[in-house]
Amino acid sequence: MTQTPVQSKPQHKGKRYRLDKPELLAPAGNLEKLKFAVHYGADAVYIGGQAYGLRSNADNFSFEEMKEGVEFANKYGAKVFVATNIYTHEEDLDGIAEYLRNLQDAGIAAIITADPIIVETAKTAAPLIEVHLSTQQSTLNWQAVQFWKEEGLPRVVLGRETSLEEIAEIKKNVDIEIESFVHGAMCSSYSGRCVLSNHFTDRDSNRGGCCQSCRWKYDLFENSSPEGDWVSEEQQMETESNPLFLAEDNAFTMGSKDLCMLGSIPDLIEVGIDSFKVEGRMKSIHYVATVVNVYRQAIDAYMADPENYVLKPEWMEELNKAANRPLNTGFFYDTPDHEDHIYEPEEKAVPYDFAGLVLDYDAETEIATIQQRNHFKPGTEIEFFGPDGTFFKQVVGTIWDEEGNELDAARHPMQRVKLKVDQPLRYFDMMRKKNVKK
Amino acid sequence: MGYRPELLATCGTLDELKALAEAGCDAFLLGEEKFGMRLPGEFTPEAIAEAVAFAHPKGIKIYVCANNLMDNDTLPALPGYLEKMGEIGVDGIEFGDPSVLMQVRKLLPDMPLHWNAEMTSTNHGTSNYWGRRGATRVVLARELNMDEVTGMMPNLEVEAQVQVHGMTNIYHSKRSLVHSYMANQGRPVEDDNVGLNRGLYLIEAERRDELFPIYEDSNGTHIMSSGDICILEDLHLLMEAGVQSFKIEGILKNTAYNAAAARAYRKAIDSFVSDPEGYAFDEAWLDEIRDLQDPRRELSFGFFYKEQVY
Repeated sequence: MTQTPVQSKPQHKGKRYRLDKPELLAPAGNLEKLKFAVHYGADAVYIGGQAYGLRSNADNFSFEEMKEGVEFANKYGAKVFVATNIYTHEEDLDGIAEYLRNLQDAGIAAIITADPIIVETAKTAAPLIEVHLSTQQSTLNWQAVQFWKEEGLPRVVLGRETSLEEIAEIKKNVDIEIESFVHGAMCSSYSGRCVLSNHFTDRDSNRGGCCQSCRWKYDLFENSSPEGDWVSEEQQMETESNPLFLAEDNAFTMGSKDLCMLGSIPDLIEVGIDSFKVEGRMKSIHYVATVVNVYRQAIDAYMADPENYVLKPEWMEELNKAANRPLNTGFFYDTPDHEDHIYEPEEKAVPYDFAGLVLDYDAETEIATIQQRNHFKPGTEIEFFGPDGTFFKQVVGTIWDEEGNELDAARHPMQRVKLKVDQPLRYFDMMRKKNVKK
Repeated sequence: MGYRPELLATCGTLDELKALAEAGCDAFLLGEEKFGMRLPGEFTPEAIAEAVAFAHPKGIKIYVCANNLMDNDTLPALPGYLEKMGEIGVDGIEFGDPSVLMQVRKLLPDMPLHWNAEMTSTNHGTSNYWGRRGATRVVLARELNMDEVTGMMPNLEVEAQVQVHGMTNIYHSKRSLVHSYMANQGRPVEDDNVGLNRGLYLIEAERRDELFPIYEDSNGTHIMSSGDICILEDLHLLMEAGVQSFKIEGILKNTAYNAAAARAYRKAIDSFVSDPEGYAFDEAWLDEIRDLQDPRRELSFGFFYKEQVY
C-alpha cells in the first residue's frame, strides 16, 4: 500500500506559525456514526437528510434523528451540517423551502449546497442556517470565491483540484472560510461534471445516483481514420480500430486512489484552511472513528507545539487499518499522474474490523463490558483504541455473558459480554480485530 | 415579431463557419481552449474578429465561449480578453464560472451573458437566479427530459438554449487520464497527441457496441457520449414550448455532417415558423443526416424520453 511519506523530523523549525485551529469535519451516515464521529473528536459532522443529498443509498437522517444528533453533538460543542448538495430538477423545487425550515427547526448549523436555487431559498426560508458552497460547484479561483462571499456565504468548499498554492492565493484575496477535503475517496472528474451513471444506468449522478462507473473497466482504442471523417458506411467498414492495450495490460479506468493529507497537516494549517473535511458518509463506524481519531491527534499535536511537531508513524498505521484503497495527496502538491490512479486490482478488504464497543469498565476487577459488533473468541488478537490516545493490543481471554456464564465465543451481534482487559477503558472505546480471510 | 428560434452551431474553423452559415445557421459559438470548454477548434481573437466581420452583415450572431472552470492563473488574462471581445463586437459571452460573470458585468455591462454550466443547468429556479445576476440565457443540461424542458419554459425569465443534435460531454477531469494510463502500461504517449483529432475512444467491458470518444487538452480529459442526440423528429414540441435557441454540437464531426444537420433543422424551423398550425415533420429531412451518420454511433433522443432514477 502506498503511504504518505512519514516525516520523523520537526517540519517547520524556526518559522512563524499561524495558530488558527482548523475545524475537523467528519461524515456521519447515520445517528450512531454521528455519535462516534463526535466522540472521537470531530468539531462538526455532516449528514444527509431524506432529500436533496447526494447519497441516496445511505441511511440518511429523519428530522427526529437530526434533532437527537444535534443534541448529542452540542454536548460536545460540535455542530451538525446537512448536505443538500444535489443539482435540483423541476420536480425537486417545490419542497426546498419547507425542507430547509425543518432543518433549521432541528438545530442544523449549516447546509452544504451546490445549486444556487437552494442557496437563495435558504436566505429567506431558513435564515439562521449558514450556507456553505459545496465542492460540487468546482470552485477553483479567488474571484469565484469572492462572488459567493458577496452572495452572503460564509464558507466555500473548494474543488478538489485546487493546490495548496492556489488555496493560499484564495485566502490572501478573500476573507472567507475555506473548507477542503483532506481524506477519503475522490471523484476523478471535477465533482458534478460527470454523468457516466446517467448514461450507463439511467441513474442521475448529480442527484445521488452515482454508480461509480469511473471505477469500471474499459478498453482504449484509436480509429485509424480519425475525427469521424467517414463519408459512407463502406468506407467506415474499412476504418480500422486499433487497440491501445496489450493482452497482458491492465484495463483503463478513471478510478483515483484515495486522498490522505495526514502527512501534510502543518502545510494545511499554515495555508489557512479553516475546515478539514473527511469524506465517507457510506463508510463504517470503524472507519469514521479511526480516521477522526488520528486527524484529531495530529491537529491537536501541531497546534499545541507547531515547532516540534512530528508526524507519528503510528498515526499512519492506524489510518491504514481502515483503508481499502491506496492513498495519495490529490492535487495539493501537483496534478495527479499514473501513480495516483488504480489500474491493478488493488482494492482489498479493510484490514481490521470493528469487533466490540466498550460500554463499561470496572477498575477494581479490570473487567470491561463489551457490546459485540463482530465475532471474537478466546485467543483472538484484538486492539482497543479510543479518543485521547487510548491504544493497546491484547489477546482475548475468558469471555463471560452478563450472568457470568463462560462463553466459547461472542457470537451474537449487540450481545453484552465481559472480559478482562490489560489497561483501563472508557465508555465509547472501541475494540477491533484483524480481518481474517476466510 | 413572431416566434423565430435561433439555430446555433459550434464550429472549429472559419471555413466551417461559412459552410454552416450557408447551411442555415443563425448563430455560432466559438472561442479558445484557454477560456472555453470542449470547442471543435481554436478561434483566436483575430479569427473571432474575422468571424464577426463575415457574420454580422448576414445577420448572423457570434457568441464567445468562456465557460471554463477558471483557475487563479487564468484570471489575470480575463479582463483583456473580454475587453477585446467587446471591441470586436461579439453578440454574447457564454460563462459557467462566476468570475467571468463578474468581469463581464464590470467591463461590458451591455454584453448578453449565457449561462452554460453543462450538466448542472437543471432547473428554472437556478436559471432565473443567474438571470437576476446578469445572465440573459440558460443553456440547459442535456440530461433533462422533454417534460422538464417544456415544463420550465413558462417559468424561465431568461432565454433557453437546448442542444438538439450531436454528442455531449459525459465526464470531465482535470487529470491526464490517457497519458496516465499509457504511462502505467509502460508505453508512454510518444508524440504527445491524445487530442481531438487522435480518434481515441473507450469501450466499457460489458457494453462492447458503445464507443465513447476520449481526448485530452489543456483543460484535462474529456469523455463524450457514445451516441448522438437527434431531436429533429420532435423539434415541434420544443418550438411549441417557445425554446429560443437550438444548438447543433459539431465537436468530433466533419463539416459535411454538421452542414447536413444544419440544413435539416433549418427546414424544420422554417416550416414551423411559416405555418405552426400546419407543421408536419418530414421523414426525408433526416435522410442526409442518416447517410453521413457514423454507423457505430446511434442517433437517439438522448435523455428526452428517459426517466432517471437516483
